Amino acid sequence: MAIIKLKKGFDLRLEGQISDGTEPVVAAPSSTIGIVPDDFEGIVPRMDVRVGDSVIAGQVLYHDKNHETIKVTSPVCGTIKEVRRGERRKILAVVIEPANKQDDAVTYDVKRPIKELLLESGLWVMMRQRPYDVVPNPEATPRDIFVTAFDSAPLAVNRTSFSAGEQQAAEAAVKALSTLTTGKVYIGISPAQDINISGAEINTFVGPHPAGNAGVQIANVKPVNKGETVWTLSLDTLLRIGALLTTDRMDYNVTVAVAGPMVAEPMLVKSVIGASIDSVLAGNIKGGAEPRLIAGNVLSGVKVELDGYLRAPYTLLSVIAENNDPDEFMGWAALSPKRFSIYRLFTSWLAGLRSKPTNLDARIKGGERAIVRLDEYDDMLPMDIYAEFLIKAIIARNIEKMEELGIYEVAPEDFALAEFADTSKLELQRIVRDGLNWLRGEME
Amino acid sequence: MKFIRKYMDKIKPAFRPGGKLEKLQSVYDGMETFLFTPNDTAGPRGAHVHDGNDLKRTMITVIVALLPALFMGMYNIGYQHYLAIGQAAQTSCWTMFIFGLIAMLPVIVVSYVVGLGIEFIAAQIHHKEIQEGFLVTGLLIPMIVPINTPLWMTAVATAFAVIFAKEVFGGTGMNIFNVALITRAVLFFGYPSKMSGDDAFVKTDSAFGIGDGTVVDTFSGATPLGQVATNVGDSLNLHDIAGNALSSCDYFMGFIAGSPGETSTLAILIGAAILLITGVASWRVMCSVFAGGLAMAALVHACPSPTYAASLLSPVDQLCLGGFAFAAVFMATDPVTGARTHVGQYIYGFLIGVMTILIRTFNGGYPEGAMLAILLMNAFAPLIDHCVVSFNIKRRLARAKQA
Repeated sequence: MAIIKLKKGFDLRLEGQISDGTEPVVAAPSSTIGIVPDDFEGIVPRMDVRVGDSVIAGQVLYHDKNHETIKVTSPVCGTIKEVRRGERRKILAVVIEPANKQDDAVTYDVKRPIKELLLESGLWVMMRQRPYDVVPNPEATPRDIFVTAFDSAPLAVNRTSFSAGEQQAAEAAVKALSTLTTGKVYIGISPAQDINISGAEINTFVGPHPAGNAGVQIANVKPVNKGETVWTLSLDTLLRIGALLTTDRMDYNVTVAVAGPMVAEPMLVKSVIGASIDSVLAGNIKGGAEPRLIAGNVLSGVKVELDGYLRAPYTLLSVIAENNDPDEFMGWAALSPKRFSIYRLFTSWLAGLRSKPTNLDARIKGGERAIVRLDEYDDMLPMDIYAEFLIKAIIARNIEKMEELGIYEVAPEDFALAEFADTSKLELQRIVRDGLNWLRGEME
Repeated sequence: MKFIRKYMDKIKPAFRPGGKLEKLQSVYDGMETFLFTPNDTAGPRGAHVHDGNDLKRTMITVIVALLPALFMGMYNIGYQHYLAIGQAAQTSCWTMFIFGLIAMLPVIVVSYVVGLGIEFIAAQIHHKEIQEGFLVTGLLIPMIVPINTPLWMTAVATAFAVIFAKEVFGGTGMNIFNVALITRAVLFFGYPSKMSGDDAFVKTDSAFGIGDGTVVDTFSGATPLGQVATNVGDSLNLHDIAGNALSSCDYFMGFIAGSPGETSTLAILIGAAILLITGVASWRVMCSVFAGGLAMAALVHACPSPTYAASLLSPVDQLCLGGFAFAAVFMATDPVTGARTHVGQYIYGFLIGVMTILIRTFNGGYPEGAMLAILLMNAFAPLIDHCVVSFNIKRRLARAKQA
């Protein structure tokens, strides 16, 4: 049990935050359920079902081309309505029409080895591994397993304690996971959380976002070295593993925070994995500007449309405005204290706007430039990494430099805040993701 | 602002590919993004929100920080002029300022027209947006070039610097050497007779008909550092251009001969405050330049020698005289050409300070060392960073071996 203080980073506060103690409401059943293979980085889907097949909750939908044991399962009972494909027949989504009766589900024999259970139930794809931030390779043994118990990203809602059942499930899950690693199971909590799980090493992280990121927590506890593998998972996934072990069945329920400046009434919504966006949102949008719906947080989420689906990790639906101020006149010269910036170049600094909830829109607010300003990336990344040098090595596709500068320790989300803060407006997360995928192709 | 938007939309098609003015597309895009914040929104993945700051805002902040030194420089041009023609006592401050303004405007215009012209052409060739880097460089150049430099020389040097020190490396953010200092270096080594001596730093003839008069007999246009370089004997007797003795207060306020921007340490410090409060410039670099300069000046002052007359100057006078303060605040802090790691910034800045005083004191050929010191350290900045980053790399390797 250690307390780790982090200074770098920034807590971006947006309007439309869910207030403490909000009780979740149950969403109307979704008319279709969609599973998006892009959510599970590193998996090449091979379908196990066809359009028209009927499936039950927990039934395998598709498996990975390279590791056939990695499977993705259906969250509901129903029939396969569509396998949506894009360019070069890439599978964009597997769409399921839920049956009226949701009474059947695959049951698992919990006495089987935990690894098989995780792979078979589809829980495996909810975990990630460093290096490369992809679904773990089943052939590798992780040095350690890191569970992130809180999300520090804007608008995220975190549980502060467990019910008795959850406590039991979490302990069962930690016990099972610890058999898979040669090291320990670490859990990173925030000071607001009262969580203690026997069998795991608990570390408290004090500091602004990205303190809740797995990469940041690993870097400050036991950094990943070349040749090592570490698994990361969220507390939700840990509880799902626990639920599987204690009830024989998969738990596909999710509680989604619907929040953001463009949400009429920020609320918690109970639904299932893969529910459609409109069933979760239920028209809960303010007027005035075109909304941008983001599955996930505003820093590293995915833009979705109303007919899209909840995306992994299924915890947050952020709604911001696409453009609050079209054709803003000479915005770069603005003297208005309302223009939000984390830097002291705008008068909003004097007005103390940086720490107040703000209504940011999706504009990039500037053209892409070469990296000019100092320390912008380093100030947003509490890791022992020279972020700017690493980014340059990635752009140059210099494997040796990437390794030397710590490419195996990072995930795209670790650069999300830097991307927000970047004066040069570079797409850092895309650069890192492309670099990781390229490196993985070169190394494997 | 609706009518501007309408007008811009109306003329837009002409600048698109196939339009009559498609060769000027970069210019149009530059104007459009100057007038209106781009409406581009974030892509489907990645950060969906972005900070309000961009490079335009950053650059304009530097320009604001330059203004006090620019205005003091203009006033000082007028002051030196009227001092030279013996009318300083009966001329108002405003007249002096107006004289300086008129004298400097052509240089500013030439610098911007030549530099921005080349940037526009380069942007069009590469089909890129026009970048903001030259906004600051274009103002720095008139401030560090002696006022009597012929305009064509400034134009040639600016063109050379923008093309060979910047565009060939890839434009804004990619250059190795500070573009404004390269401009000055080209002038300094290409036209040495116009860049030093009695005639360079004081505008003695009238500017567009203002300030007629004959130069007084006692006139000598050498800058204080120029006088130091030619000083004989073991005491310094620095005087202004009319022969009156100068005090440390004059150095600090800037009532001395010199390049327009560099004379007033006070105005430069106001600019420094703006840069540091807004966080645009690195305090690590700025403070270490002053620290390095102070340390080296104290060292040479501790063992004064008439052979090296600059060693007779007190350390504080060293920092106020010549281009030291201007270089420390506006040139060394250029993030593109300087060191980018924290430790590197301390080393980079400190060595600039040390080298400046070293060159000043021990090299009689160069009364001022700031330009050469910074260009030298520009060349070493990547090496400094490389060494600092290699410690991080070594730490990572050691960690892997331990495990």
